[in-house]
Amino acid sequence: MARAGVFICHCGSNIASVIDVEQVAKSAEQMTGVVYAATNKYACSISGQEMMKQAIIDHQLDRLVIASCTPRMHETTFRKMLGKTSVNPYMLEVANIREQCSWVHTDKEKATAKAIDLVRMSLAKVLKNQPLFTSSIPVCKKCLVIGGGIAGIQAALDIADGGYEVTLVEREPSLGGKMVMLDKTFPTLDCSACISTPKMAEVGAHPRIKLMSSCEVSAVSGYIGNFEVTIKQNPRYVDHDICTGCGLCEEKCPTKLKSSFDQGLGQRKAIYKLFPQAVPAKPVIDAQHCTKLTKDKCGVCAKVCPLGCINFADQESYTTDTFGAIILATGYQLIDWGSHYPEYGGGAYADVISGLQFERLVNASGPTEGKIKRPSDGAQPKSVAIIKCVGSRDVAKAHGYCSRACCMYAAKHAHQTIEKIAGAQVYIFYIDVRTPGKAYEEFYDRTREDGAVYIRGRVSKIYEENGKLICKGEDTLIGKQVTVEVDLVVLETAMEPAANSGQTAALAGVSADKDGWLTEAHPKLRPVETQSAGVFLCGTAQGPKDIPDTVAQASAAAAKVLGLLAKDELETSPMISAVDTSKCSGCRFCEQVCPVKAISMIDIPSIYNGQKVKRTVAQVNSGLCSGCGACSAACRTGCIDLLGFTNKQILEEVDALWQ
Amino acid sequence: MVGKNLSLLPDENKQKIESLVKKAGAKLSDCYQCGKCSAGCPMAESMDLMPRQVLRYLQLGLLQEALSSQAPWICATCQTCSARCPHDVPIAEIMEAIRRQADQMGIRPLRRTYLFSKYFLLPLKLFGRNHELTLTMFYNLTSGKLFQHFTYLPAMLKSRKLKIWPAKVKNRLAVRKIMENCEKEAQNI
Amino acid sequence: MKYSYFPGCSMEATGIEYAKSLNYVNRAIGLDFIEIEDWNCCGATAGHTKSHELGIALPLRNLALAEQQLPGLAMAVPCASCYSRMKYALQAAHSEEREKFSRLIDMPVEGSVEIVSIMDIYSVEKTKTAISAAITKRLSNLKIACYYGCLYSRPPKITMAHNIENPQNMDELVRLTGATTVDWAYKTECCGAGHHVDIPQESKPLLYRIYKNARANGANALVTACPMCMLNLDMRQGAVNKAYDENFDLPVYYLSEILAIAMGATFKECGVASHFHPAKKLLQKENETKEVV
Repeated sequence: MARAGVFICHCGSNIASVIDVEQVAKSAEQMTGVVYAATNKYACSISGQEMMKQAIIDHQLDRLVIASCTPRMHETTFRKMLGKTSVNPYMLEVANIREQCSWVHTDKEKATAKAIDLVRMSLAKVLKNQPLFTSSIPVCKKCLVIGGGIAGIQAALDIADGGYEVTLVEREPSLGGKMVMLDKTFPTLDCSACISTPKMAEVGAHPRIKLMSSCEVSAVSGYIGNFEVTIKQNPRYVDHDICTGCGLCEEKCPTKLKSSFDQGLGQRKAIYKLFPQAVPAKPVIDAQHCTKLTKDKCGVCAKVCPLGCINFADQESYTTDTFGAIILATGYQLIDWGSHYPEYGGGAYADVISGLQFERLVNASGPTEGKIKRPSDGAQPKSVAIIKCVGSRDVAKAHGYCSRACCMYAAKHAHQTIEKIAGAQVYIFYIDVRTPGKAYEEFYDRTREDGAVYIRGRVSKIYEENGKLICKGEDTLIGKQVTVEVDLVVLETAMEPAANSGQTAALAGVSADKDGWLTEAHPKLRPVETQSAGVFLCGTAQGPKDIPDTVAQASAAAAKVLGLLAKDELETSPMISAVDTSKCSGCRFCEQVCPVKAISMIDIPSIYNGQKVKRTVAQVNSGLCSGCGACSAACRTGCIDLLGFTNKQILEEVDALWQ
Repeated sequence: MVGKNLSLLPDENKQKIESLVKKAGAKLSDCYQCGKCSAGCPMAESMDLMPRQVLRYLQLGLLQEALSSQAPWICATCQTCSARCPHDVPIAEIMEAIRRQADQMGIRPLRRTYLFSKYFLLPLKLFGRNHELTLTMFYNLTSGKLFQHFTYLPAMLKSRKLKIWPAKVKNRLAVRKIMENCEKEAQNI
Repeated sequence: MKYSYFPGCSMEATGIEYAKSLNYVNRAIGLDFIEIEDWNCCGATAGHTKSHELGIALPLRNLALAEQQLPGLAMAVPCASCYSRMKYALQAAHSEEREKFSRLIDMPVEGSVEIVSIMDIYSVEKTKTAISAAITKRLSNLKIACYYGCLYSRPPKITMAHNIENPQNMDELVRLTGATTVDWAYKTECCGAGHHVDIPQESKPLLYRIYKNARANGANALVTACPMCMLNLDMRQGAVNKAYDENFDLPVYYLSEILAIAMGATFKECGVASHFHPAKKLLQKENETKEVV
């Protein structure tokens, strides 16, 4: 005879304010199989756990129903608790009476009745539970970091410094990401390149980091501790094993193109290094624009290269490696504002630029050597309008979210303009000024002190008239329309997830939210983990943030990975599929639906009409199976069961609803 | 007590505002007062309140202030505000809804615009079509702008841009009936 | 090509040049506009300020008439205000309000009529080719700022227009005549024509800004496809010059006038002779240097 205990959690007032928990406990006590029922203020707290442990001893319980928050929250907590008792950790069911009851209902009577139903259902299930036991798998002590911006750089260095091997995959020909494009960083105004390039160099020289530039992840299989990852090396057309980075090829290349690194404001060649301090410090060929590759003309680079590094026949290649953990640090891109804002000229005015373009203009190593010159005629602007929230906080045209960093770098841009151009007039159009960071508000104070004029109101239109850019706004604080006529307009545009970041994340089983930002396992308590065990995330891939937050998150992800790689073996969940081979017909449908390729077919000896024959049946790889249940749902003979969620358990649970 | 005491507003204000805004297909909480509507409004210079401020009064429950503003009467319904609003608030529709509501309650803060609308609909009721001369005659007589646009008259008559006699719809009764039906319907709601 | 035709009240009066020139162009390229019998005023701009019901019902009667009389034909609406009201009515006919409005106008209505502007009609590839073929003069002296106004573009949920800040279809048609079109910023900014009678003073700044931007971008004339905008832009230019101590000299033409002139129409035939702001000179200069395409 089963001896079940039922525990109802108040969750402070989260549950108890809507559900009559004592009533639920009283009802539970009457249910068949229950020998003890009680309530607790916080079941997850140490005292709550002690109370349940004591009840297990006092009443010789052999299984538990805990009615509390979602099992996603504390099922693991409770299982760990049971691990220290005589009850098998899998002889537990969590009835969700918070998210699925008290939080979504207001009628106390009905909510209490529903909670009793939920408890009865969980009880019906737990009565059919069987003890399950974990096994263990070895951990490959190597981490893959995807993305070579400041997030990926920081995470890679922390893990490598901790003693483990790291492979860092970067799509661009160099490390650096967005941070290395910036001029100065707020609020301290230290030079962005000066603080990021040493870290890049450190990655390039680190004995435990393998840097793979011009590479992309093309396939991920396996599971925590043992991911099999295929990495595509895009052709570089330059043999980096021989190349010394002398730069002769770049110097002689006759094809000049707009530099993406300089945001279209400067030039580069068809064979190029992304920027002077690039890591690796070796060039690649831009296949789309190289005339040798497109028209079979030129080939000057190959002629001048003293070491014969140029290989026009270079092809993409693939390598596969095993990793214990993966960090997604795929970063952001800026919105293509022109296609969203025709009222700002839609990109037709050369002197309406993005904030990142301004960074290149003001950067000493940028195309103007740090002199702020407007793109149209190279003249020094005497007046500048800075417009915030372009593409952010705008559900109608672009994104509803706040991009978080713009308020600060708008202030920085104003400060830099006033510092570099004597007598410059700067107007900042804003809706709110958000400066929640250490020394941020003080920076905003200083910018106003510098003389920047803050105008509260979103600009309706920007147009050109008689050589001036006219911004039409309203100063909402005086309630009057205002117009400024300026030489340069800087749009502080929204961050959005980097192109293809969603696809890359999906390879590793990580989902994205409606805006494309990668989803963390829990927004507060598991901010760098994902729902895919062994896959972590950091930086702007997860959502808009500034450099300090990005670096902090990168180190957090690294700490998580270090904790994982420090283990020699991992416990695996026993809640995986099991095949009843006596009923399996070998139809292979399960093999097709399995998303992690955990099912294969084997031949087993069998007897048919008194004859010995071989029969093909399914078998489950316990290391790969993630317990998703797809095979069980697909199985036509009903021979596959998900342990912990057997068909019998679930049907009992459903039946209990009608009792 | 100094200023507008928001705690003492009648409850019915809230309901009235809700129904007014609902008619315009809008949600007041969508507006976060960025001012883009008013920044681009071609008529804003002539208004006593910015369109944004009219919405703000509604958000605060200050219905009377919104109803007695000239802004909804000055609004040219050019829809620039609605088209550029970052939260898709149909501001022009709200302005129109306020104007209709005020009109129904006899609140006409801009008499000339009220008269124009009134006499615009007169030839419609009579002939089924617009007739500039009838409209101008009535409007000029009642608005005190007796000679407005007077100098243009001879040239317009000569070039037949103004017609002495109105064009008429054959089934004038049908048009008149529609206008009466609409009037009844609008009052019922 | 046949269209049902809702001229609107202006076409019989202040917009008479528009009617004349449209007629000329349509004849030249073989377009057939069949006037809806017994159409009534759409109520713009007063109907919809009175009540939502009146704003929809008045234009809807015309939709219902067109469905009865000329089923299957798209409806040509040459005035931007009428166009907008018709589009609103069409949307109502497609909504859950259809029953109610059918009752108010006491007629069945399906909403099966497509509403098209003159720009829409002339931009149809085949028609555009016919226009090109009918053009005999190059108006290469004209630098046109195409003025689209508000209601062909906005609200986009009603008009279904794609490019509401910088539309191009009128520019493309004007360029068929050999005229240049200028890039400018006030294509779809309101001119305040709706307040032409009640508070005309208040629309002066609007007109001033439009003229100023057109001139700053090198235009020597404006082209419009709306009789309300035309009246406002043409009639009040003198008053704006006086109020702002300016000397704007920007003749305003209907799109159809420009096309008709390029097709060889005389000033009288297309109506250019009766504008408020002198409009002949610019074209005469042109005619002297005409070259046949």
